[in-house]
Amino acid sequence: MIAYVMGVMPFLWQGLLVTLAVSGLVVASSLVTGVLCGIGLVYGRWWISWPIRIYSDILRGTPLIVLIFLIIYGLPLLGVDFGNYGSAVIALAAFKTAHVAEIARGAIQSIHFGQTDAGKAIGLTFRQRLQYVIMPQAVRRFLPPWINAVADAVKGSALVSLAGIVDLTLAVQQVIGRTYDPLPMYLLGAAMYFIINYSLSLTSRRLEARFAYIRE
Amino acid sequence: MTYHFNFAFVWRYADKLYWGLVLSLEIALISILIGMVIGLGLALAYTGGNRWVRTGIAAYVEFIRNVPLLLLVYLVFYGIPSAGGFAYDAKTSFIATLALYSGAYLVEVFRAGLDAIPKGLIDAGKAIGLTPWQRFVYVRMPTMFRIVLPSLSNVYVSLFKDTSLAYVIAVPELTYGANWIKTNTFRVIEVWIVVWPMYLVTCYALIYALRLLERRFSLVRR
Repeated sequence: MIAYVMGVMPFLWQGLLVTLAVSGLVVASSLVTGVLCGIGLVYGRWWISWPIRIYSDILRGTPLIVLIFLIIYGLPLLGVDFGNYGSAVIALAAFKTAHVAEIARGAIQSIHFGQTDAGKAIGLTFRQRLQYVIMPQAVRRFLPPWINAVADAVKGSALVSLAGIVDLTLAVQQVIGRTYDPLPMYLLGAAMYFIINYSLSLTSRRLEARFAYIRE
Repeated sequence: MTYHFNFAFVWRYADKLYWGLVLSLEIALISILIGMVIGLGLALAYTGGNRWVRTGIAAYVEFIRNVPLLLLVYLVFYGIPSAGGFAYDAKTSFIATLALYSGAYLVEVFRAGLDAIPKGLIDAGKAIGLTPWQRFVYVRMPTMFRIVLPSLSNVYVSLFKDTSLAYVIAVPELTYGANWIKTNTFRVIEVWIVVWPMYLVTCYALIYALRLLERRFSLVRR
């Protein structure tokens, strides 16, 4: 079995790197946009929060694969062309942004309003309140579900194989195209995804237990 | 360069999209029903089982939750029959995949639901002399289902979105219909512009209908 795994590994390695690169890009960019959208949802005036709410609801009501195709074929129509790879990453990041925004919103809203009032009472500005009072507490509520969202991003990245990008899933299929023996290869691919995602969900669970002491 | 939109071809083959949508809903429904049987059975086995049973169930849940659904679809459709020397049609295979997939999520849902049944209700059942089986059928199950209903409807809506993956093994659901029109008429963007709102509207119609149902059966009267 070890010989088998070692034999096909060179073919999967490149795919694994693509999967990790796509997931990394998606996670990093959606972290920034998602947290900003989350802050906008909680503190923004209606002309900020409504568009974000509509954006988030629309994206979360769309199957990811439909969104990927829509962006791959739709963006060139608007005169911008990032190629398949760029478009797929944009689609995944746009989708993840909506989820991260909801996680951030939940984390911020879970902080008791007394904290904000106390910040106001000692004369902190809005930025200072966010920076020194709300965010340090909200980040502990944010991290565990966010790491689950990262694992989701890794799983979602498998869909880029349908857009012809050779990630781990497509690399597995290319090997099967030569060996005609699907079961061991699919199991190996599943095991590789499992190792990445299971370690992420273990981290998430550990952090959740670590931060469980925080009450209202 | 300007692009000339032409939706005529999409309308000509609109029946593919319509029946695709119906099939998507149907697949999601059958899958969640089987998934509920799996989930409830395993949740009860988990609560009553010894360490080995629990480890086995946890392994199933973790495996399904940490592997991309797309890979599971391939695994069930191409992988398993190749080893067993048999075959099943794509729709059966996809329903089996989604049922196993939702089952893993529903184990957790039902376990939480069983835990959330107020102890007083079960004691009340004992007090009026119900047998354990009667308590299960008339007290625990109805209460649990009313508790987990919101989670069930979330799982159903997300399963409906996941049926879009069935097109990779040529199950003629909505995304397959879209791809069929795309490859046969080359009206690529028009198809997605039509199909996207179809998913969106169906999703929110489902959510609205299920919210009404949840309110009707909620344990707390509002």
